[in-house]
Amino acid sequence: MKAGLTSKLRRRRPVLAGLALLVLVLSACSEDLPQNSLAPASERAQNIQDLFVLTMIIATVVFVLVQGAIIYTAIKFRRKKGEEDRPVKQIHGNTKLEIAWTIAPALILAGLAVPTVQTIFENAEKPANALEITVTGHQWWWEYEYTDLGIVTANEMHIPVGQDVFLTLQADDTDVIHSFWVPRLSGKRDVVPGHINTLTISADETGLFLGQCAEFCGLSHANMRLRVQAHEPADFDAWAAGQLAAANIPAEGDSQAAEGWELFISKGCSACHTVNGTEAVGGGINPGPDLTHFAQRDTFAGALFDRTEENLRSWLANPSEMKAMEPDLNRGMPNLGLSDEEITALVAFIQGLS
Amino acid sequence: MATIVETPPVSPAAAEPKGGLWAWVTSVDHKKIGIMYGIAAIVFFVIGGIEALFIRLQLAVPDGTLVSEDAFNQLFTMHGTTMVFLFVMPIAAAFGNYFVPIMIGARDVAFPRLNALSFWLFISGGVFISSSFFLGGLPDGAWVGYSPLSAQPEVIRMDFWVLGLAILGVASLLGAVNFITTIFTMRAPGMTLFRMPVFAWMQLVVAFLLAFSLPLVTVGLFQVLFDRNFGTLFYDAASGGDPILWQHLFWLFGHPEVYILILPAMGIVSEVLPTFSRKPLFGYQFVVFAGAAIGFLGFGVWAHHMFTAGLGPVAETAFGLMTMTIAVPTGIKIFNWVGTMWGGNISFPTPMLFAIGFVAMFTIGGLSGVTHSIVPADTQQHDSYYVVAHFHYVLFGGAVFGIFSGVYYWFGKVFGRQLNERIGKLHFWLMLIGFNLTFAPMHILGLNGMPRRIATYGDGLGWNYWNFVATVGSFVIALSILVFLINAIRSYRKGEPAGADPWDGRTLEWTTSSPPANYNFAEVPIVEAVDDFWYKKYGEDEDHMPVRLDTNPLDPSALDDDGEFHVHLPSPSYFPILLALGIVTVAYGFLWIPVGFAVMALGLGIMLWAIFGWALEDIDHPMGGDDGQGGGHGDDDDPGSEVSEQVPAGIGAGSGGGE
Amino acid sequence: MAIEASQPAASTLDIRKTAMWAFLASELMFFGGLISTFLLYRARTNGGPGSEELFDIPFTSVSSFVLLMSSLTMVLAHNAWERNDERQLRLWLVATASLGMVFLGGQFFEFSTFVHEGLKLDTSPFGSSFYLLTGFHGAHVAVGVLMLSAMVIISYRVGLTKARGMNVELVALYWHFVDIIWIVIFTVVYLLQV
Repeated sequence: MKAGLTSKLRRRRPVLAGLALLVLVLSACSEDLPQNSLAPASERAQNIQDLFVLTMIIATVVFVLVQGAIIYTAIKFRRKKGEEDRPVKQIHGNTKLEIAWTIAPALILAGLAVPTVQTIFENAEKPANALEITVTGHQWWWEYEYTDLGIVTANEMHIPVGQDVFLTLQADDTDVIHSFWVPRLSGKRDVVPGHINTLTISADETGLFLGQCAEFCGLSHANMRLRVQAHEPADFDAWAAGQLAAANIPAEGDSQAAEGWELFISKGCSACHTVNGTEAVGGGINPGPDLTHFAQRDTFAGALFDRTEENLRSWLANPSEMKAMEPDLNRGMPNLGLSDEEITALVAFIQGLS
Repeated sequence: MATIVETPPVSPAAAEPKGGLWAWVTSVDHKKIGIMYGIAAIVFFVIGGIEALFIRLQLAVPDGTLVSEDAFNQLFTMHGTTMVFLFVMPIAAAFGNYFVPIMIGARDVAFPRLNALSFWLFISGGVFISSSFFLGGLPDGAWVGYSPLSAQPEVIRMDFWVLGLAILGVASLLGAVNFITTIFTMRAPGMTLFRMPVFAWMQLVVAFLLAFSLPLVTVGLFQVLFDRNFGTLFYDAASGGDPILWQHLFWLFGHPEVYILILPAMGIVSEVLPTFSRKPLFGYQFVVFAGAAIGFLGFGVWAHHMFTAGLGPVAETAFGLMTMTIAVPTGIKIFNWVGTMWGGNISFPTPMLFAIGFVAMFTIGGLSGVTHSIVPADTQQHDSYYVVAHFHYVLFGGAVFGIFSGVYYWFGKVFGRQLNERIGKLHFWLMLIGFNLTFAPMHILGLNGMPRRIATYGDGLGWNYWNFVATVGSFVIALSILVFLINAIRSYRKGEPAGADPWDGRTLEWTTSSPPANYNFAEVPIVEAVDDFWYKKYGEDEDHMPVRLDTNPLDPSALDDDGEFHVHLPSPSYFPILLALGIVTVAYGFLWIPVGFAVMALGLGIMLWAIFGWALEDIDHPMGGDDGQGGGHGDDDDPGSEVSEQVPAGIGAGSGGGE
Repeated sequence: MAIEASQPAASTLDIRKTAMWAFLASELMFFGGLISTFLLYRARTNGGPGSEELFDIPFTSVSSFVLLMSSLTMVLAHNAWERNDERQLRLWLVATASLGMVFLGGQFFEFSTFVHEGLKLDTSPFGSSFYLLTGFHGAHVAVGVLMLSAMVIISYRVGLTKARGMNVELVALYWHFVDIIWIVIFTVVYLLQV
């Protein structure tokens, strides 16, 4: 009987729901989820998680009650065979019940509101003694400037464990809106041209934390990734020192790298890419990432590709083929029409920028 | 099903003369217009669904290469735009157009030609936006079109989007004005507002939401259009423009818009549940008030779409708290629906399955919505697949399920033949399973860090499995829709004749024949209660038990009498479609100025011809009682009469001018 | 117009007036959006001229007065219509339309001056939002003038007696609305400068 099948499946729904929740929980424990907001690694992300879990518990209870009521009602009052015309009481309502189920949810929500508001203000506080980084979102890569330390780098952010990192988020006037999101370290915050937004992140443990742009920003929105590496303080200091060291410009000569450096200027790379302390000033209308210590990074092109020789060769040969971009509109890297030899030289050069 | 009321076969008197294409193109009859809205909406539903299938195929595996980033961005933009503006809104208009006049005991809407204009503008707008596929590419700025991205002027695509939405907005606005007027002024005698079916109430609230929210997005659309084409600086950060302004203007519309999308479905479910529980809607007044409250409060929460934009903790708190409050009237409705079923004699034909499915699925979507109102948690959820899960649960599990409930409920009334029950149940179960398979995992994906609107995702992020599951689910949905289409086509041709009142219904549409006569009612009903039709069939004893009365309170036109009841109806007119054509011509011309100036001039000329023709149709056929007191045409007798007139009627007949 | 079938109405609301009120409510929101945008951008002059340098309050006061007077003539036209005085109706309709056109002329002159002094549509967010707001208002006035002219023509062709429909009343509602919007614009944009 059709009604029977319906009710059988409906009866199983609470079990199904329970299983789903179980899977959800299980998935949260997996290490193969580098961007898992349910595995917080910072105080603020933990605050969020606590609030979310509290809300989910209440929501689950409500879910079970409401779905249970639906299923129970559908079964208990189902039409039985031969009863098609059984009349039922024409109840129009019950004011007491209406009041009750207006007030009860309101109270629950009021209860939730208190820790919510607390957390909003807590997470908005500017921390004392924070490492300050200005994050600039570009189409389609991330720029980081450590304002107190004088370091400029791209896509891969390095931070010390156990210290608040205060991010100032901005975008060029001619750019579009992006959003900075490293789920294990924090909720996201938008990057808006003409506005300054701020976000505090921190890491409770060392390790690599992945993130990506979370506001649709055009063609390569999916390819605007980022990484945050959290170090022990001593290791962070070492990294910072390395970033402040002079650029490793090859001496004049016949080496591939030296030739690459010459090409870097003559082919116009220096017009967009900065190499500190050299004539490669970079910037301009279509700025590219600072390459001073490029070889210290694990990835490139918006943290999209591993920094291997092969990837670099392909990139220099035809950037738009590897990552969708619009260089004619000043978004992304143009194709410089390089020959294989030129590419070899350039790769040798930039792989030496450690 | 109950066989208490006689159900004659499809009545020949009520069968509409097909009249060919011209009759449909010039029709100002709310029922024809409703049917056209419905069919067009289903076509766009399939198109939007195919777009979704491409999205799911691309995302089934990491680093997908099925479509390029550029194509993907167009696909998800159009999927959202199509589903919201070209499917859900029009199909609500389909039901509203067809049934609101009948439910309130009227013969048509207040302005039949304006009604036709709304429809043809919808078609024009839909075709206009879709035509961009052949003219430079589909819009690719997401359905929300955030600036500055949407203001980047180098390609024409977003101009299609902006102008298309403007056209669609005008269509909806005119429809809103039409329905507000109709519901306020044309209810049958005795039909007070609080005796209206909940579906009619929800359409009234929706009309107000449209009237108040559309103008705001229209301002934003003009601003983007001018930034793109005339160098204005509304969203140019370099000169002091503010991209966030667009977000405010858009969401001031966008949030009421989501209630515009759900309230009609809530109205449908509020009709279906009582019918198949065989008892009244529990807490009718509370359901109505809750619906109005949701509409009203919906204007106060828009910035909850902007919790990560940098509003500041005070604003975030305010909007977070306001958003929480909407859960209260929503809960009230859900509890009342369950209360309707409680103590009933419940049967489970397909419309009831979809209605119950609505309640269950919408509850889930509503709960995830509550989690969004927890602002700090939302900073993780926003712009992730968790949001995608949330809104598909309320829009698909909610609106679409409610819509299909309405389709199965009213198909027989509209086309005279019922949809097949067995195939309908198959449709329901496939859709329920496919839907949950597709969107439940998205909660997990979002919480696991997957942003939305990404053309691909990396391997090794842990998203592979659930993305694949979601893709499988999407094809189950597609299968269910195929099943539905087969059902619809088969049943249209040889479904079981419906008769006037196949479900032993409670509201006035069940008093008419199936399909209703051109004029809806031979005798304008006198209404004495909410669910008036039920109370003309059943009395109530002291224990509130129904007692079948010895009556057959169908409208005379449903009792298989042919041709004795002829009522004047508004004449068809080709000016509405002409005006729509003129407007869309202007839009096309605008896209290619200065060359397009000639086209714009042509379009303007067509518009003027249509406007004057429309207005002069009025003047050439003066009406007595023109002040809308319902006096009607000179041939008609005095208001309040229930006696038939002897003037030949039917479509196109009669010398009366159109609306 | 309206539904002409035998339709005894349960309500006594007039169909077209109800529609006009609903439409005007949406127009209110439209201008609200435009005014809000202006309020946000009023000081963002991008190096170009701002309201202090440009606005000629006395001049704009005069054109505001003209528009205000046109509402008076509109009332007089409406009164004439109610009395079935076709001649007076035409007179006052023409007066209203004329005053409307004077207002538009004043706007045109004012904007030409601003452009000459360096404020164009694309000069600054201030310029963009100022012109969009006043431009749309002017367009609404222009449509109103067209409708008034149409009323005059209809009056000559077939007469606009009281039984002939709500046209005059509807146009009056619209016209007064457009005037009120101008009062708000004049106050917020011109008088209450930052």
